[in-house]
This record gives sequence, structure tokens and C-alpha cells, in this order.
Amino acid sequence: MRTFDHRRAGTVDDAIGLASVPGARYFAGGTNLLDLMKSGVENPTVLVDVNRLGLDAVVRTAAGGIAIGSGVTNSAVANHPLVRTDYPVLSQAILSGATTQIRNMATVGGNLMQRTRCPYFMDPRFERCNKRYPGSGCAARDGFNREHAVFGTGGPCVAVHPSDMAVALAALDAVVHIKGPHGPRAATISQFFSPPAADPDRDNGMAAADFITSVELPAAADTVHGWYLKVRDRRSYAFALVSVAAVLRFDSDGVVASAAVALGGVADRPWRVPAAEAVLTGRRPTPQLFRSAADTALADAAPLSHNGFKLPLARNAVMRALVLATGR
Amino acid sequence: MTTGRTDVTVPPPPTRRIELTVNGVTRTVETDVRSTLLDLLRESLALTGTKKGCDHGLCGACTVEVDHERVLSCLTLAVSIDGAAVGTVEGFADGEHLDPLQQAFVDHDGFQCGYCTPGQLCSARAMLREHARGDLSAASFDPADRDVVDGPQHLSENEIRERMAGNICRCGAYANIVAAISAVHGAS
Repeated sequence: MRTFDHRRAGTVDDAIGLASVPGARYFAGGTNLLDLMKSGVENPTVLVDVNRLGLDAVVRTAAGGIAIGSGVTNSAVANHPLVRTDYPVLSQAILSGATTQIRNMATVGGNLMQRTRCPYFMDPRFERCNKRYPGSGCAARDGFNREHAVFGTGGPCVAVHPSDMAVALAALDAVVHIKGPHGPRAATISQFFSPPAADPDRDNGMAAADFITSVELPAAADTVHGWYLKVRDRRSYAFALVSVAAVLRFDSDGVVASAAVALGGVADRPWRVPAAEAVLTGRRPTPQLFRSAADTALADAAPLSHNGFKLPLARNAVMRALVLATGR
Repeated sequence: MTTGRTDVTVPPPPTRRIELTVNGVTRTVETDVRSTLLDLLRESLALTGTKKGCDHGLCGACTVEVDHERVLSCLTLAVSIDGAAVGTVEGFADGEHLDPLQQAFVDHDGFQCGYCTPGQLCSARAMLREHARGDLSAASFDPADRDVVDGPQHLSENEIRERMAGNICRCGAYANIVAAISAVHGAS
């Protein structure tokens, strides 16, 4: 590992100042960044340690939702009483990812900022990776791409975003609060995961020294039914081949009043499927309706050479997640 | 007269003096900023009970406690936890008297080569504490178990396996590891 300077930030503004030098990286849980530093994918000049900024609380907002400090560990979010009662699908998604040891270290901000686990990105000995070296090509496109994207595969990178938490956040209409050298701003999950198209090396819209301060969830309706279904090669401690966060709200007649469905393991970001949500809304839940929604969800998929299996897998996962969400 | 050799002064890597309380004993260590907690424990403090398996957060052999929660020491930057309390497998036994979890691993033959055992023990001890305070696992959401608000009363084999998923045993002693943990859980 190349050496670096370690600077501990005392406040958010202090952190942004310390990070405003070339090659600086924020360091929180370190579960992804330190690993990438060991393999030489990341070579920061300065690690700005943001572990003691006091952003470690989950609080009720004036709007009746919650605000999760960016430094809250994944374990603390998943086990928080407000999350367990109001947003259990978020607990379920977080607990579906990694292991307790890693969730005890990893933070909410770091979870959103984690890099893809594409093997061609993770190992600098592969020469072609547009994410590491823009313009060098994509070794995955004609390589071993079984775990890669099936949506948005026309671009320079076909890697998937690895987060389970972010898939649930997408379905829950979360807002990411960011502070940067030019002040604060807020972004929906969809806006957050929209990097400039010309920059395949960027995973999101975060600019240099931008810092995630919190993630906010809108008030939960008491009629919400949610489920996070994760399908992977082994039962635990593996990234998703396909995952689905389904959040349904029913009116008093049992009709779907609103639906939010997001897929993981299929794109470079959590993949909301508004057309499938529109199929569900205003209808009574039936197997036929769920099948129709699942077909709609996968209509735009364009698989690669090794991952055509993800289409029926995702279609079936959407149907099953809708059934389980309805019953919850 | 020149020798054709250029002397290059390479600056020493940045170091920091940090303080850790390891198994109840406060230690001050001068460490390279790049050092993981795992390397610091093994190389600087000669506490070699904690094992390096993969060094990439995939196997759990390096599991220790930092501030009373289980973490991976291979992905913990030592300088980042300055001032923390660290618990390792060396803190389990009281002299010749084994901790109940250690005794259960012996009684139930919970290992073969033993390389993963210190991590399994540290993980299991923390896991039983997490369960006792009502923490959830992904298994707590199984449709048959509506335990999401309070946490499951009893740790089923399914729960133990999910909660211990971060500790790989290459010998495959899982059945006996689960039996050992289950015995301690049942006795508590």
C-alpha cells in the first residue's frame, strides 16, 4: 500500500476543507476503501477521517420521517427502533448485505459511496476498465459478465452497484443530504446515482470534497407493506445476483394505492421500475397482476453474453417480492 | 570523485503514536499510518491469537472486538481507532480456566485445523450479546418468524448460521460450531 497522510476531521466543514486537496478521500468504516488501497485500485494522498463528527444518530424529522446521520453504522440503522417499526424493509435490506462484523464498521454514507465489486475493476492487473482508466475499454463486456448489468448496458461500463441498502432507500423515496465546498444540497436516490455521462469513472454525482451528511426518509404510512428479496449464489454473505425491494400501500378496499419497486444487482444504480409500479397502482393484488408488473419491469432489459439468466430470475423475484410484501 | 551513484533520501512513512486498551491493558504504540489493527496486534503487540486469513474482509478469521462490537481487524485502520478498547481471543480464558464458549468448542469438537477458531470465538461471544439485546438478523424476517420489532426470543440453528455467516471454516466444522454456540446459548 502506498503511504498517505491521516487527518482526523472535527467538524463537517473541517472535513470538507481537509478533503479539498488532490487525491484526498474520506475515511469512515473503511471496509471498501482500505481493501481497494491494499490492491492498489485506490491510492489516496490523504485520508480524511470522518469517524468522530457526531453524525451518528437516527432522529425523527419535523415531517414525521427520519434522518439518518451519515456516520451511523449499518448495524445501528438496521436495529434502530424507528427503522424496525416504520421502515422494516430497510432493516431487511441492510441485514441482507455483508456480515455483522462488516455492518458494525460500515456507515450509511460509505454504503452509498462504495465501489462496484466488478472483478475487472477490483484488480488493477486488468488493463481495460473504463472506471479505473476512462477510455481503456471494458473487459467485462466480452469477458466473464455473469454478475453484471442487464439494464443500461449500452454505455462504457456494465458493472452493477453492490449496495442492498440503496435499493431499499430507492423504494422508500429517500433523500441524500450533501454538503460541499459550495454549500449544502439535497438529492433523491435517483439524482444521487446520476453521474455525468462523460465520466464512467464516477459512480454518482458527488464532486471532489462533497460529503454526505444524512439520509432522510419521508413519513411512513401505517398501511405500508414491504419486503426485500435477495437472490445470490449462496444463502448468506454474497452480493446479489438480483434483489427486489417492494413497498406497497393498500387503501381500505384492498386496492393498491401506491407501489414502489426497485431492483438491485441489475444496473449501475438501484433500478426503480415506474412502469411496473403504474401497472400495480389502482388494482387489486392478484397473481396475474404481479406477473404483469414483473413482465413490465423487465421489458427494457438488455442482458450481456453470460447473464441472460438474470431476466427470468428478476421477473420471478419481482413476483415473489410482491407476494411477500402483500402478506407482510 | 563521483561513484555514479545517487543517494536518494526516502522519507520515512508517516507514523502516529496511538493508545489502545487491549484486553483491559492500556498500550501505547508507534504505528505506520498504513497498519491495520490486525498487523498491529500480531506484529507490534505479539498477540498472535488473532489470525490473518484472507486480509480482504472475506473470511472472518481476524474478527476482534473494538469498543465491544465485533469487527474485522484486517479492514480496521489502526490510527483510526486511537483510544479504543480492543478485545481479542487472548482475553477469553482466565489463566487455565477456559471461557464457556472455548470449553463448548472443545466439548463439541468445534474445529479441525483451528485457524478460524479465534475469529469464531470472538464472533460468537459478540453474537450472543447482540441477540440478548434484541438485535435482528436477515433470518429474523422469515415469514414464519414475526420477530422484527422485538428480536427473536430463541436463537434457532438458522439464526445462528446467519449471524455467524461472516466466519468461514475451511475445514467445514460448521455443524459442531453451531452445536457449541447453541449449547452456550441454551445454558444462558
